[in-house]
Amino acid sequence: MSSINRACFHCATPIPKGIKVELNIEGEQAAFCCPACKAVTQTILGSGLDQYYKHRAASQPDRPSDQAYNEQLSLYDSDSIQEQFVRHVSDGLKEATFVIEGIHCAACVWLLEKHIGSQLGAESFNVNLTNHRARLVWNPETAQLSQLMAAIYAIGYTPHPFHPNKEEQLFEQENKRALRRLGVAGVGMMQVMMMSSALYLGDAFIMEDHIQTFIRWTSLIVATPVVLYAAKPFFSAAIRDVKTRHLSMDVPVSIAIGGAYIASIWATVTQSGEVFFDSVSMFTFFLLIGRFFEMKARHRTGMAGNELANLLPASATLITDEGDTLVPIADLKVHDRLLVKPGHSIPADGILFSERTSIDESALTGEPLPVSKRLGDTLIGGTLNIEQPIEMEVTRTAKHSRMSSILNLLDRAQAEKPKVAFIADKVASYFVAAVLITAIAVSVYWWQVSPEQALWVTLSVLVVTCPCALSLATPTALTAAIGSMRKIGLLVTRGHVLESLANVNAVYFDKTGTLTTGQLSLKETIAVNNTSIDELRSLAAAIESRSEHPIANAFTPYFSFSAEHSTNYVGQGIEGSIGQRTFRIGKPDFAMEISGLQPPSLPKEAGICLLLADQEGALGWFIIDDQLRPEAQRAIQQIQQLGLQVGMLTGDQATNAQRIAQNLGIDRFEANLSPEDKLARVKSLQREGEQILMIGDGINDIPVLSGAQTSIAMNGATDLAKTSSDVVLTNSNLQRIPEAIMLARKTRNIIRQNIGWALLYNLIALPFAAAGFIPPWMAAIGMSLSSLIVVGNALRLNSH
Amino acid sequence: MDILFLLIPIAIVLVSFATWAFFYSVNSGQFDDLESPAHSILYDDDDEMIPEEARLKTTQNESDEHNHQK
Repeated sequence: MSSINRACFHCATPIPKGIKVELNIEGEQAAFCCPACKAVTQTILGSGLDQYYKHRAASQPDRPSDQAYNEQLSLYDSDSIQEQFVRHVSDGLKEATFVIEGIHCAACVWLLEKHIGSQLGAESFNVNLTNHRARLVWNPETAQLSQLMAAIYAIGYTPHPFHPNKEEQLFEQENKRALRRLGVAGVGMMQVMMMSSALYLGDAFIMEDHIQTFIRWTSLIVATPVVLYAAKPFFSAAIRDVKTRHLSMDVPVSIAIGGAYIASIWATVTQSGEVFFDSVSMFTFFLLIGRFFEMKARHRTGMAGNELANLLPASATLITDEGDTLVPIADLKVHDRLLVKPGHSIPADGILFSERTSIDESALTGEPLPVSKRLGDTLIGGTLNIEQPIEMEVTRTAKHSRMSSILNLLDRAQAEKPKVAFIADKVASYFVAAVLITAIAVSVYWWQVSPEQALWVTLSVLVVTCPCALSLATPTALTAAIGSMRKIGLLVTRGHVLESLANVNAVYFDKTGTLTTGQLSLKETIAVNNTSIDELRSLAAAIESRSEHPIANAFTPYFSFSAEHSTNYVGQGIEGSIGQRTFRIGKPDFAMEISGLQPPSLPKEAGICLLLADQEGALGWFIIDDQLRPEAQRAIQQIQQLGLQVGMLTGDQATNAQRIAQNLGIDRFEANLSPEDKLARVKSLQREGEQILMIGDGINDIPVLSGAQTSIAMNGATDLAKTSSDVVLTNSNLQRIPEAIMLARKTRNIIRQNIGWALLYNLIALPFAAAGFIPPWMAAIGMSLSSLIVVGNALRLNSH
Repeated sequence: MDILFLLIPIAIVLVSFATWAFFYSVNSGQFDDLESPAHSILYDDDDEMIPEEARLKTTQNESDEHNHQK
């Protein structure tokens, strides 16, 4: 062994013992964890892109290397699939957008752009670091799309074709429009303020009349695009709201902006009164900033959802007389014969045509242990084949499968989801009514006392009460809080989350994959004769090292050497030889066969019991089980300390559920629930007035995730579960959940403080304005100060 | 103060130019990705664009510095 540290040069994962893959790079030996990583490095170095290893910020986590992926890519060359996401550009070139998985830093962007851009047939390739999208223009005559996608895959990234849906395109247009409006309002505001300060000073000192008139006219010219272009959304929203008889914040905003603008024009033309061009531009700018924040937060959450929805087109291997072909799942018909490799999911509901295999149904049922299936048993689409290649016959196509019946349930649950009441909306309608009534009362009063002043006083009331700070109160707090949530590992995908999370009073967990890791691991080793525990473990790991079965993963941590020879007996166990000895590990009867003795009695622990034996007899028991997440207990305690109820809903058997619930101190739990039952339970709790937070991961959790007021999906969850939940827990650390609830409560407090402050400011300023004491400059300063205080208060959420 | 009659219109012309430039940059997608351009300046992948003479100078300067440090 060389003296190089034992981490892979390319992917930085520890190199397993006994692996020796090395490459000479500029005179130094670099070690790799597998030939695939070496190949990637050779590709990168061969293209002269060795700077990648200097620029990358952190090493990437490993990724399942999958030879079959390249075969699957050839699906993308067919016209019917390209139709969905490929656009034709001029000169016979084609263009497509991809979401690239695995981009971490700018070095990735650099590598991708350089490597793909230099491929034959690639005309241009641009990667966006912010949203991980890439735009590829290629020449279909010199390169197939699948070749270019394989080139992306070869350097360690996974391209997913991205079809910008209508919503997405609208987002982009809306974003650009909002930016342009913000720019016009910002530039206009600065210019008008500059000229207004001259006018303010002119009031205090003496300014020649013709200069004053000139400055007023120029202010009018600059403020006009601000009002007519930048403030347009407020006017159109106000008109819409008046038509539907619904009072929103836009109504007083529009009256204030429109009224002040028209009155200022009047004052400019007739050379009388006051001009409010500065206030008008400033309002527009501040309000647009608030709207911009709100829109950004909304788009970002929408975007996360969109990316999850763009999955690989699922494919299946169809067995025909001419050989096996890869076809899209949508093309499958009843009675089609399919080949499913181990590690792949079952493409449709069907019947098993092979002798036997085991299937991981945990996503559907919550049962963590693989279920063994025999010839003629039914297979459910969406479950995972784990043991060996199988043949199956399709009995129901995707449209009618068990999966799609769950999906139908999802739509219904979403439609019936209880609505969350937003604080700001409730306040806004009262506030608006109060402002309008006050303004009318003030104008009526002044009309009687001194008609010539009535217009100006009413205007200054409207200007002072313009709900600038009020409309900034919520969006700034939400934007800051969503940023903080992302920092602690929660990706918020729906807008209502922060408000609904603060009101939660019961938290319900799924079991498998949520409270537990969903992966089998070795729970206990019991020696039968005098062999040491450590030796038992390393023997078992050696024999299991070549198996693909999930049980084998439980032994990987104990791996130190490999068995010389091993044979897999499906559904029974594995036989392996080390030196002169032959071992068997698996079911007790199978293991004891080679010695011909009776197996010892089964240990009492729950889980799968494996027996290790050699020709001499039994050596030891291994208990394999789905382990609890290490932080689960603390997380649940913390949630209970917050005063919330904690419960568990699982599809697994009652005995397993009870054991886990007792371990974690969960008093409410229910087992043996179907997806429909879970949704029904949550609904009946909601009818009793509970605000429920549901946390889950599997396909069986999808309906309940979309039916609960708030839902969190684990990072390892199925993609559909992620899209139907409100938050994705990206680091799968359950302790983030109580933190998120606390953050949501803090956000609610900040929003309340902000609204309180905004209302207080308006309440104090209103009497002065109504009495006619507030000149335009004072209104402008008061408004900016109150808005700044609100923004500053919201930023406190960032320092979490 | 009559100079204002010249200066303010000039200011307005400049502002309209700035607004036009801003519109152009928004429309051409320059605000779509605000992260990666900040990094791209740090990549030393433009060696071939440095003229011959400049290259010699930089290497000389570097060796000079080394000598000073010694």
